[in-house]
Order: sequence, then C-alpha cells, then structure tokens
Amino acid sequence: MITDITIGQFFPAESIIHRLDPRTKILLVLAYVVVVFFVKSFVGYIILALFVIGCCAMARVPVKFILKGLKPVMFFIVITALFNLFLTSGGVILFHWWIFTITDEGLRFAVFMVLRLLFLIMGTSLLTLTTSPILLTDGMERLLRPLGRIGVPAHEISMMMTIALRFIPTLLEETDKIIKAQSARGADFDSGNLIRRAKAMVPILIPLFISSFRRADELATAMECRCYRGGENRTSLNKLEYGRRDAYAWLIFAVFTAAVFTTNFLFAF
Amino acid sequence: MGTDDIIKIENLNFSYSNSETGESTEVLKNINLNVRRGEFVAVLGHNGSGKSTLAKLMNAILTPTSGRVLADGIDTSDESRLFDIRSRVGMVFQNPDNQLVTTIVEEDVAFAPENMGVPPAEIRKRVDYALKTVGMYEFRRSAPHHLSGGQKQRVAIAGVLAMMPDVIVLDEPTAMLDPSGRREIMDTVSRLNRDEGMTVILITHYMDEAVRADRVVVISDGEIVRDAPPREVFSRVDELKKIGLDVPQSTELAYLLSKDGFDIKTDVLNADECTSEIERLLMQTGK
Repeated sequence: MITDITIGQFFPAESIIHRLDPRTKILLVLAYVVVVFFVKSFVGYIILALFVIGCCAMARVPVKFILKGLKPVMFFIVITALFNLFLTSGGVILFHWWIFTITDEGLRFAVFMVLRLLFLIMGTSLLTLTTSPILLTDGMERLLRPLGRIGVPAHEISMMMTIALRFIPTLLEETDKIIKAQSARGADFDSGNLIRRAKAMVPILIPLFISSFRRADELATAMECRCYRGGENRTSLNKLEYGRRDAYAWLIFAVFTAAVFTTNFLFAF
Repeated sequence: MGTDDIIKIENLNFSYSNSETGESTEVLKNINLNVRRGEFVAVLGHNGSGKSTLAKLMNAILTPTSGRVLADGIDTSDESRLFDIRSRVGMVFQNPDNQLVTTIVEEDVAFAPENMGVPPAEIRKRVDYALKTVGMYEFRRSAPHHLSGGQKQRVAIAGVLAMMPDVIVLDEPTAMLDPSGRREIMDTVSRLNRDEGMTVILITHYMDEAVRADRVVVISDGEIVRDAPPREVFSRVDELKKIGLDVPQSTELAYLLSKDGFDIKTDVLNADECTSEIERLLMQTGK
C-alpha cells in the first residue's frame, strides 16, 4: 500500500542505542562526521570500521540493512572514486595509457574517499534508524532552544516537522484516491511523452493542493481549540532526560576519537 | 464552580460580512439558550441552518455580533480569558484527520495539556484516563493513519477530554464516518454523558443521534424553532417536515400508521418502542 512507507527509515528495536537520548545521538553524529574527516591512515579506517560495526551490533540493526541504504548513493561514490583515481597528480606512476594516469597517491586518495563516504553514510543513517521521527524532532527542538534568543523559532520548526510527518500518509492516501477517481473518469497517466504525462498530473495536483489548504485551515482551528499558543509555557508528556548511558556513550566516543588521532601520529600509511 | 448553567447564550445575533461587497449575511437571529451541567443537548438543523456557527460561538472561535455568550460564566468576548474558555469548552470537529496533530496517538492526546502547561506526571494521568474512557488505550502507541475513522474520532474526543473540560461540543462528529464508526462515536458520547457526567452538546443532522439526547434544540434559518425533549420534538412530524427535517424511521412508521387510522402512539423514538407498539396493535386487532 502507498500509505505504508516508512519515513526516515526508522528501524524499531529494543537496544541501548535506541534508548539513548536523541540529543546525545544528534550531537554524537555531528562529532562523528568531524572525526571521520580526520582519519588519515588505513589503521585509522580499521578503527572506524570496528566502531561503526560495533555501534550497529549494539543497536541491533543488521549491517545488511544499512548496506542496503547505500544503494542509492553508490553511483555518487563510484564517480568520486574515479575522479580521485585519475585526476590526482603526484607520486609514483603505476599505470599509464593514453590520457589515463594512475599514481599511487591517486589510488590512495580514491580508496580513502570511498571509505570516508561509506562510513559517513553508515554512521549518520544509524541516527535515523535508531531514533523515531518524533524523538528526533523533540531532540532538535531542545538543542535549538538556546538559539531562540537570537530569533531561531525552535518550537515552530519542530511543530512544522511533526505536522509534516503526521500528514504525509494522509496526503498520500488522498493522492491515491484522486488518482483512482480521475482514472475512473478516463484520465490517462501512463501513456505519451514526458510533457504529456507531466500535464496529466495537473488534475491530481490541483485538488490535492486545494484540499491541503482546507486541511491546514481546519487543523489550525482544532489546534486553537486545544489551547495551542506556540512554545510558551509548554510542557511535554515525554520529558527528555539524560541518563547514565548517555555519559557512557560520550566516554566510548572520546576513546574512539583519541584512538583515531593517535593512529594519525603513529602510522603514516 | 460557577453557575449551574455551563453555557448561557443571551439574545445572540451573528452575521458574516463579506469584505468585497460589504454586505452582511445574518446567520443566527436572537438565540437564547441555556445548557445545564450534566445535560446532553442535541442541536438539530439541516445544512446552512447556522448550527455549526452556533458551536463555534460557544468556545470563542467566533464572537457574537450582538448579545453575549457565557461559558461557565466567562464572557466569550473577553480576549484575556480565551484559554480559560477553550479549556472549559472542548470542541470536536467533523473530520478526524484534520484535528490530530502528531504521529502517535498518546502524543496527540497529550497535545492540549502540553499547551496548557500541565506538569508531565499529571499529563500522563490525564492521557491514560482519556484513552481508557474512549476505549483506545491499547492503541496508545499507534500511528493515527493506521486507525479507522471511528477510532481516529475517538482519539480526537480523548484529546479534548484530556483538557478536563466542563462541556464537550461535538460538531457533526459522525458526518464522515461509516455506520459502524457512527455507532462507535454515539456510544462513546452517550457513555461520557451517563457515566462521566460530562455535559455534551451534539450538533447533528441525524435524527437517530438526536434521539439519544435529553433535550433537542431545532434550528432553522438561524432561529431556534423548538427546544424540548426528543419525544416531544419528534412527535410533531408535520412541523419538522415543514422545515425540511426528517424524523427517525420508527417515528415515521408510527406516524404513517396513525395517519391511516390505526390507534398507535406517535411518540415512539426507536425500533424497540415501535415494535412493542405494533405488537400491541396486532394483539388488539387479533382479538
């Protein structure tokens, strides 16, 4: 069914990583991204690999599941690898034919670039895999709150994200209905060239657009009826609270970071 | 607690003004209506009679053009008490999809108390109470789009209950539901009134739903034309038909029979009463 899509590909499971505070996870992922760019040796990448696989194991998310998520970006990774392979100059020439030259520097860069991208995607997807959308928006709101003083509407941003997530399935269902209704009256969405097909979408988009506005209007009234007045004095059913496990998570991450930087000094390769 | 009348409407007039032409359309005329605590009142009228507008006037979504509306003694035109009014007068709308705000049932029920700044432990209590009252507790972790229409509407009712209001106004809550969803909602509403002592104002155009109320207020063309217990209102079949309203099927059957000269009571309200009347009639004629 069209309504069964998962958003942000959350992988529900009972694990210590799932139970971490979303704020911890968001900040850790940001720090992780920075650290990945500092890895300069193969030994460093081995440590990185062990860390990521260890996290997957702790999160009880099958590595296969994460690798499947890499498929859409594979093309991008391959192109990046080829550019680095052929366009890096310097070092010993390993292979030369016509305009193509491969140097040992280039090979090194290419391999590192591929590894770097792979680990970036794997690490960051762990965040969305182990955190439900609602906790993710909650965490973001709390992290952005201090920025409220300089005018960042933290509560409004998170409210917007929540409502968007809430209405994606509803609007998909509605699109499905409109398509069926238009098909029943003889609309043809599958034949003709690209322009024709794009034009055929208009009778779907217009009713969808109009009904979205009507929904927004009704939702606004319903929210007002339930005393909504923005983020002021608002409390929350599920209070986010840091626990001991969050401290452990930072500790493990600190050790990992230290290991990565040490290898940068110890191993040139 | 304030007065005995939870909703008090005095000499209310309401008109919309068209900003382009400058003309104003009168929607409600000289409405006087009191609703007592614990009462179950049905407001009956066909489309365009002004009944939904009346609902919106009760919790200050709209304010009167003239006259006044008191919710628990608070004048709804008093903007400084807007949230006091809204937390006392809960409102449930027609389309369940357009009133649910978040992606998880219990989070949605918590929305109103969160807005009101209720402490988290108290919110948890209210959410559990509200979901149990409407019989949706086992669905508390579900996503709204996986629920049926009737279930979604029950969650919407729970969302209003969590405010701990004094009165719930339901604006055609069953209009978009299938028959089983309608029954679900009507049973929930009746139970709320009977077991929880909740004051209920039900806006509807279904006669069978109005029958369940203590009092039926009939609105036609922006005016109250009848305000009486359902038995009294529905026994005047001719009067109702004149203003374009129907009567419950059982009442209609009894009415038609009596018109054909049978000696039958015309103030029956449901199938059971109607059958026993016809049974009595058959026994009599059989004699």
